[in-house]
Amino acid sequence: MWANIDILLQVPKLAAGLFLEGLLIGAVFALIAYGLALVWGVMNVKNLAQGPFVIAGGYVCWYLGGLGVHPVIGMFVSAVVMWGLSWVIYQAVVRQVLEMDMFVSLLATFGCAYVIEQGLSLMFTQDTQTIDLGWGSLDVFGDGLVLLAWQKIMAFFICCVLAVVLVWFMKKSRMGQAIRATAQNARAARVMGIDTDKVYRFTFCLNGAICGAAGALVAMIWVIQPFYGITYSIRAFVLVVAAGIGNLPGVIAAGLGMGSLEQFGGFILGAQYQQALVVGLLLVVLFFRLLQQSRKRQAVA
Amino acid sequence: MKHFGKVMAAATLGTAMMAAPALAADEIVLGSAISLTGKYSTNGLHAKNGYDFAVQKINDAGGIEIDGKKYKLRVVYYDDESTPARGAQLAERLIQQDGVQYMLGPYSSGLTKAIAPVTEKYQIPMVEAEGASRSLFNKGYKYMFAVLSTSEQYLASAIDLAAEMAKKEGKEPSDVRVAMAFENDPFSLDVRAGVIADMEKYGMQNVIDDKLPRDLSDMSATLTKVKALKPDLLLVSGHSKGAATAARQIGEMGISVPMIAMTHCEAADVTGKFPDAANGLLCPTQWAETLSYSDPFFGTAAEYEAEFKQAYPEYAEKTVPYQTAQATAAVWVFKDAFERAGTLDKEALRDAIAATEISTFYGGIKFAPEGNNIAKPMVLRQVQDGKYNVVAPSDFASHQIEFPRP
Repeated sequence: MWANIDILLQVPKLAAGLFLEGLLIGAVFALIAYGLALVWGVMNVKNLAQGPFVIAGGYVCWYLGGLGVHPVIGMFVSAVVMWGLSWVIYQAVVRQVLEMDMFVSLLATFGCAYVIEQGLSLMFTQDTQTIDLGWGSLDVFGDGLVLLAWQKIMAFFICCVLAVVLVWFMKKSRMGQAIRATAQNARAARVMGIDTDKVYRFTFCLNGAICGAAGALVAMIWVIQPFYGITYSIRAFVLVVAAGIGNLPGVIAAGLGMGSLEQFGGFILGAQYQQALVVGLLLVVLFFRLLQQSRKRQAVA
Repeated sequence: MKHFGKVMAAATLGTAMMAAPALAADEIVLGSAISLTGKYSTNGLHAKNGYDFAVQKINDAGGIEIDGKKYKLRVVYYDDESTPARGAQLAERLIQQDGVQYMLGPYSSGLTKAIAPVTEKYQIPMVEAEGASRSLFNKGYKYMFAVLSTSEQYLASAIDLAAEMAKKEGKEPSDVRVAMAFENDPFSLDVRAGVIADMEKYGMQNVIDDKLPRDLSDMSATLTKVKALKPDLLLVSGHSKGAATAARQIGEMGISVPMIAMTHCEAADVTGKFPDAANGLLCPTQWAETLSYSDPFFGTAAEYEAEFKQAYPEYAEKTVPYQTAQATAAVWVFKDAFERAGTLDKEALRDAIAATEISTFYGGIKFAPEGNNIAKPMVLRQVQDGKYNVVAPSDFASHQIEFPRP
């Protein structure tokens, strides 16, 4: 461990490389977590099918790539297709369980996850797939020490653009305002004439589209396989819980921070502690927040 | 309660009557739970095709001759949905309800681990072709036999090769510095155990020993360390996700190590997806169609492949996977053992299987007392100009290793 820290101190360029890699990775996770936070915050549905949504989006883009569609265009198609699939899932499943116990919606989305995974497996087999644009890597310092794949850099910028658009949309557009109003108090929103059913459907579909785009990026920078979705579900949950539900900018910040932290953890302690470190940090955050809140409650009393 | 007893009796009788036609005369029925849906379904189907091909070919050639009488082979399959619990249930069903006396293995070590206790309990001989985990062979199982090489052998040959290369360059094998990135799962940890044992034999140094969590999508932290420490040999094992991720990021990050070996190259299709990064990679495999193994029935490995492709045109565009070849070999072990035993008695059959010593298109087959095959080495192939060429073991190799990796 100390030897690894020593390497980083001697070659700070490597440390910079780890930090940059972490940012690029974190951006994609942040985007996925953003969608999860949206659905969770607005509808109080914890979408366990988040990861499979992402993978399904990746497959759409990969499949189109095979037909000759450029992956960047495929990404938009993938978002549209996943919007449509989410619409179907919302009407058929989620809508029926919205008013029920939280546990029912967990089970329902878990079931959806299974169906999507198995469906993808039947359609595309379980071979791992990936989209390689052949763009090569950016030599950050010009000495071959830190190479960043151009595809990752592109994915990072696409994530940033999408995040800005989403935040703007939630703040300024009528629909965005309606979503926020519904999240704050669904009953009051209904009284004010907001069609909450429409808002819920839109929110769920928006999350689907976000997953579709994110999935295309995942296929472009890593690999996809029908059963790899769970990784993205778990990470997204960790991020949302760490940032706090309803704290959308927090999710993005947490995603970027967690990506870098993971890289340093993996380098210094070994890959086996890479995720343990993140989950450990989550516990610290939760514990800290608990203390904070108990203090608040005492103040009120 | 009285009624319940009657119902049960009737049900048992009914089942017995239903099972009866399955055991028609002049037929030997093998049973297998195999993954036709779920996460192992692709490989499960490869295995099933291998079984079916062997059964068809043996039946076409007249079947199995026992004591002057000809028997046809038939296999009863159930889909285990890639879940161990289901596999164990189905094994019970095959034995209890369908009256199966001889079993072919499922796909994967996990499923084999779930089914073996059941076949042991009923003393049913099982020849399995798809479970390589070491842990299958230290339980004292008496009725389970495996035709494939066990998982700790997967990358051990790369260590021997690295030692050989070090000597050629005038260095000591103990100077070789090894970096390992293995997934934290039973299979890869078996592979790691085999590697560690061989490294100790040569006194090699272990400079990186990262265990990748199962749901890790990125290896750049580990590979950055590889870049900093410049090892002589990099070993990766993490199923097809690990292989695809490693091949991709080795290319993207410009990692240059003289020798890189990883499992599951074919499953991840590294040559098709990352043709540049894949060049020079060493990939272990159970079997390859270019090996110079042969037997009188299936012919050479290459002839087996050609004939299989004819029977299953969907494989025409790709190479026949080793999962298929070893499944065929498992059926062949049954035929050989039945004919030597000269009886349908399962105890005599078990002893005949235990005494197997044959060469096949798939390699030698001879079982250790623990049930694993000790006659067949693991094969190491190197990606050379986009093709997998066998470079070790040298007796059966078709090509020379390119060292250092281009």
